[in-house]
Amino acid sequence: MKETPLSNCERRFLLRAIEEKKRLDGRQTYDYRNIKISFGTDYGCCIVELGKTRVLGQVSCELVSPKLNRATEGILFFNLELSQMAAPAFEPGRQSDLLVKLNRLLERCLRNSKCIDTESLCVVAGEKVWQIRVDLHLLNHDGNIIDAASIAAIVALCHFRRPDVSVQGDEVTLYTPEERDPVPLSIHHMPICVSFAFFQQGTYLLVDPNEREERVMDGLLVIAMNKHREICTIQSSGGIMLLKDQVLRCSKIAGVKVLEITELIQKALENDRKVRKEGGKYGFAESIASQRITAFKMEKAPIDTSDVEEKAEEIIAEAEPPLEVVSNPVLWTPGTAQIGEGVENSWGDLEDSEKEEEDEDGTDEAIILDSIKMDT
Amino acid sequence: GVYWVDSQQKRYVPVKGDHVIGIVTAKSGDIFKVDVGGSEPASLSYLAFEGATKRNRPNVQVGDLIYGQFVVANKDMEPEMVCIDSCGRASGMGVIGQDGLLFKVTLGLIRKLLAPDCEILQEVGKLYPLEIVFGMNGRIWVKAKTIQQTLILANILEACEHMTADQRKQIFSRLAES
Repeated sequence: MKETPLSNCERRFLLRAIEEKKRLDGRQTYDYRNIKISFGTDYGCCIVELGKTRVLGQVSCELVSPKLNRATEGILFFNLELSQMAAPAFEPGRQSDLLVKLNRLLERCLRNSKCIDTESLCVVAGEKVWQIRVDLHLLNHDGNIIDAASIAAIVALCHFRRPDVSVQGDEVTLYTPEERDPVPLSIHHMPICVSFAFFQQGTYLLVDPNEREERVMDGLLVIAMNKHREICTIQSSGGIMLLKDQVLRCSKIAGVKVLEITELIQKALENDRKVRKEGGKYGFAESIASQRITAFKMEKAPIDTSDVEEKAEEIIAEAEPPLEVVSNPVLWTPGTAQIGEGVENSWGDLEDSEKEEEDEDGTDEAIILDSIKMDT
Repeated sequence: GVYWVDSQQKRYVPVKGDHVIGIVTAKSGDIFKVDVGGSEPASLSYLAFEGATKRNRPNVQVGDLIYGQFVVANKDMEPEMVCIDSCGRASGMGVIGQDGLLFKVTLGLIRKLLAPDCEILQEVGKLYPLEIVFGMNGRIWVKAKTIQQTLILANILEACEHMTADQRKQIFSRLAES
């Protein structure tokens, strides 16, 4: 299906709201949405939710022959898929541009930064190495896929346990999980992508854009960093010109955000480790139980209501006193808006739809009149 | 006895007589293509506005919001909508103004808000002066004096689906005080 078009009204509203530093869900300019990490029963399986954007990550491994020019290193393979349930615009044939862009960014972030020690994945040099495969599936698209995907990838890799292997001379013994506990991967650092969206030719910036904000943005800057403040990847798309101090400022913000996210990841991994050790129940069935469709829950949106008083005073000051306010005239002619609410129309058989509209118009007028009356 | 089964649904299926908010996606010849959230875009003739003639065309651009009703909507044909009622008057339909915010909610919430005995709309009306248009396809357009008020209203309406009546009254009284 084609994407729902963005109306001029929404675009204008979003840009005006950004100029006033307001976001649709009440966040501040540098705030991330709520991040939730849950693990499955298998090692290496996790779901990361960034607001409503959801990514499922699964890590698996296999013994293969190494590449010819890298005989002592293991192989890493990353794959991000945009599932059709994520957005109506994602169809099997139609996603190529976005897909290629996201996959390349993910590869650069995770492979080129050498966050995984590939030498430790070697079993027999030149003959057998581990091939680690990370599959990411986007389950729901509400903006900022790349951040959610990078968090899911690194969390899944940290969570994963590969089977233990021992080499004696020429013999290679692969132990099953029952014989010997599986071994975690050797991870040097955790690179995490942070996205910055730019509006109005670089004048305004937002961290973690959601889907609406992504539609009206001019350009996107993605910085992948780890908690030691080392930049692993930086990419600017959209063709806007960024100043040096803007990029530096973004990297400082990214540093702070990456620290917070890394702490969250460590806590989540620690919790899961504890639960597994104590023999408690773990897996998706436990962590997603509270989201049954009958349990209607919505996260609290931090809408700022504090300013409203000042605005109300402004409105009172600016409102002119109405000259003659006829409080509840009832116009019994059909097809005109009734002033005053909830009055039964005496023209019996009107169509339901017309009656609905009249009521809507009626209540609008009544509301405006009421408020002017209150102010005077 | 006719029974109406209310279900939780976000996907809209065009129904004849429903009033919906659509987004104009294309202008081709004599008709506009309007996206209403269904499987196909609906077609809207430029003559289907109040006071429109072949010489006097309505001022509709691509990307504008339209409030209209369906005259043809079945599974075999492309849906058609008009911005004029059976007597030729607009009665509230037509192009929706330039400012304001459009957002999407579930169909069940729209039906709840438009029910004749629903107090939510009256309570909202007591808070601030506002203009609001409900489309049966799950789209709501709201406009208040400032951006902040518009955002507050949009969030309240979205949250109304998940709140009980008590929680809602609490929030409204808190807003009315501040």
